Amino acid sequence: MTVILNQSFTGISIGAVLLLIALGLTLTFGQMGVINMAHGEFIMAGAYTTYVLQKSISSAGVSLLVALPVAFVVAGAMGALLEWLLIRRLYTRPLDTLLVTWGVSLMLQQLARDIFGAPNVQTHAPDLLTGNISPGGGITLANSRLFILGLALLCVLALTLILRLTPLGRRIRAVVQNRDLAEVSGIATGQVDRMTFFIGSGLAGVAGVGLTLVGPIGPTMGTNYIVDAFLVVVVGGIGQLKGSVITAFALGVLQSVLEYSTTVSVAKVIVLVAIVAFLQWRPQGLYTLRTRSLA
Amino acid sequence: MSGLSISRRGLLAGISAVGASAALSACGAKTGSDTSSDSAAKADTSGSTVKVGLLNSLSGTMAISEVTVHNALLLAIKEINAAGGVLGKKLKAVSQDGASDWPTFAEKAEALIKDDKVAATFGCWTSASRKAVKPVFERYKSPLFYPVQYEGLEQSPYIFYIGATTNQQIVPALDYLKKQGLTKLYLVGSDYVFPRTANKIIKAYAKAKGMTVVGEDYAPLGSTEFGTIVNKVKDSGADAVFNTLNGDSNVAFFKEYKSSGLTAKSMPVLSVSIAEEEVKSIGTQYLEGQLTAWNYYETTPGAANEKFVAAYQAEYGKDKPTSDPMEAAYISVYLWKAMVEKAGSFDVTKVKAASDGITFDAPEGKVTVDGATQHVHKTARIGKVGADGLITEVWNSGGPIKPDPYLKGYDWASGLS
Repeated sequence: MTVILNQSFTGISIGAVLLLIALGLTLTFGQMGVINMAHGEFIMAGAYTTYVLQKSISSAGVSLLVALPVAFVVAGAMGALLEWLLIRRLYTRPLDTLLVTWGVSLMLQQLARDIFGAPNVQTHAPDLLTGNISPGGGITLANSRLFILGLALLCVLALTLILRLTPLGRRIRAVVQNRDLAEVSGIATGQVDRMTFFIGSGLAGVAGVGLTLVGPIGPTMGTNYIVDAFLVVVVGGIGQLKGSVITAFALGVLQSVLEYSTTVSVAKVIVLVAIVAFLQWRPQGLYTLRTRSLA
Repeated sequence: MSGLSISRRGLLAGISAVGASAALSACGAKTGSDTSSDSAAKADTSGSTVKVGLLNSLSGTMAISEVTVHNALLLAIKEINAAGGVLGKKLKAVSQDGASDWPTFAEKAEALIKDDKVAATFGCWTSASRKAVKPVFERYKSPLFYPVQYEGLEQSPYIFYIGATTNQQIVPALDYLKKQGLTKLYLVGSDYVFPRTANKIIKAYAKAKGMTVVGEDYAPLGSTEFGTIVNKVKDSGADAVFNTLNGDSNVAFFKEYKSSGLTAKSMPVLSVSIAEEEVKSIGTQYLEGQLTAWNYYETTPGAANEKFVAAYQAEYGKDKPTSDPMEAAYISVYLWKAMVEKAGSFDVTKVKAASDGITFDAPEGKVTVDGATQHVHKTARIGKVGADGLITEVWNSGGPIKPDPYLKGYDWASGLS
């Protein structure tokens, strides 16, 4: 029983990391159809932001809390810049966005290497987050994992509220459903695109802050996660927040259960096979968006 | 948006194509197909200087470790030149960047031998890079001095192995754990040559000596997800963890280890790839009290080490730690110098013939070259990570251990190769 509970928690925490990373992609890929391979580098930007802030703010706890909004803005601004410079010229050619942003991601990695050096760096977690909670029965819940879980849920909540309740959210949804109709209705679709990209990339930055609690910060850290994040979005159903949430946690739990009973590599293979099989059965993913788009 | 009409399969194919191309570029093409040049490369020793090659990753994922080795090599060359050089000739270092990419290592090794006509080359870190350059050095009959502990079970006539082989690091580490009564082991390693081979040896040892291996797990190189592995370790009832993880994975592993409530007291981890430099970057708070197995620590007592540490820090900064692979790199240049001087020539055949019994008063203590295996007699040391990030010795083998790369001296290892 203890094993099952501990493993479930590990699975949920893997799911939380996946969700945090996939959340921004749900917007930029799901809603806008841009295959942004540089999404991983926005995660990296968020992580390095945490590192830089920690150098100037001595208290690890304070610097982590400051890092969350700052990383959101830094990564968001990078995303908006990328959108303005390159992506807005490619909205009708989604596969080209893959190549262009792949190039951008390599450039950003090299840039990080030039600025911060090739070796990976570390941040110090606040003391509060290095321990764990033991509710008894041999169950341990790592505080850092609980923090990431909370962070992921908070981001989902915030994103849902923005999309449902704000004028910007309504405009985003309108553009996604039918760009041309939105445009003739007086919505500045270009601006909406940039804001969507800002939020999506900013969420990657927040994910980066969370990841500093788990592992090292390095120029290639984003590439470790980018494929998994795309899998979550595709399996969840493109543009579907609900689908991404369910898929992230399902994949996390599946991965950790399989890892426990087999090995890390075998688990990875089984998960990928399961995803391929799932997409044969439901190519559109878990949920689909009904759009009024003509295509 | 009409652009959204791409299929998911198309997307996945695109992503996997990008991933595959990255993987392919990592494998690279086989280099050095020039098999016609089977004659020995002649080192150019005609002038007043002699070139020596330094082959390290100065960029890429291994740079964090290999740059320190490169620094230590440069220090040794500088000292030797200041003391008059080798056979009256000054050494000139030619640095090549292996860029953490094995085919590049082979390419650069060939360039050093053929174009620069170096008398000897010093460097490489990962077993993969060593395996990549081995045929090049053998083809041109040029010597390589390799400074890092490795998995053993290898011998090349043109490689001098200055780091520990398994009977000078892993076997003593197992002996130590056994003596402490820590007989139930969990093996955690990165998924490549060194950990897999090391764990094969550990399992053979355990079987013969009444220890049990209660679990064995490998994570992909660079993996940062250790939740499940740590849960498995925790549930396994092991006494200790034998850690052969390499590089950054250690950061994620030790963070997870600590936050799951495991400690050096409740279940110690013995690592064979974490030295002073890595301790510093992982964070002392995660490693305090954990064990490592090496032949040298910055804190190893002795005048030779005090001199080495002082010289290194004077050259590269007060806060720079020294480590085992650095020390092995440093002494490798001195050992080569002693061989050349004994031979009275830079000629490879003569240098090799002169190598047996060469000794050097190294920072780690006296080391002696074993001419038959081209390995070095070294003292094994177990150390404990302290709160200051330095490692202090808790046990040593009492004297240098004869190298035995194929573990011929151990009955339990008879089936391994």
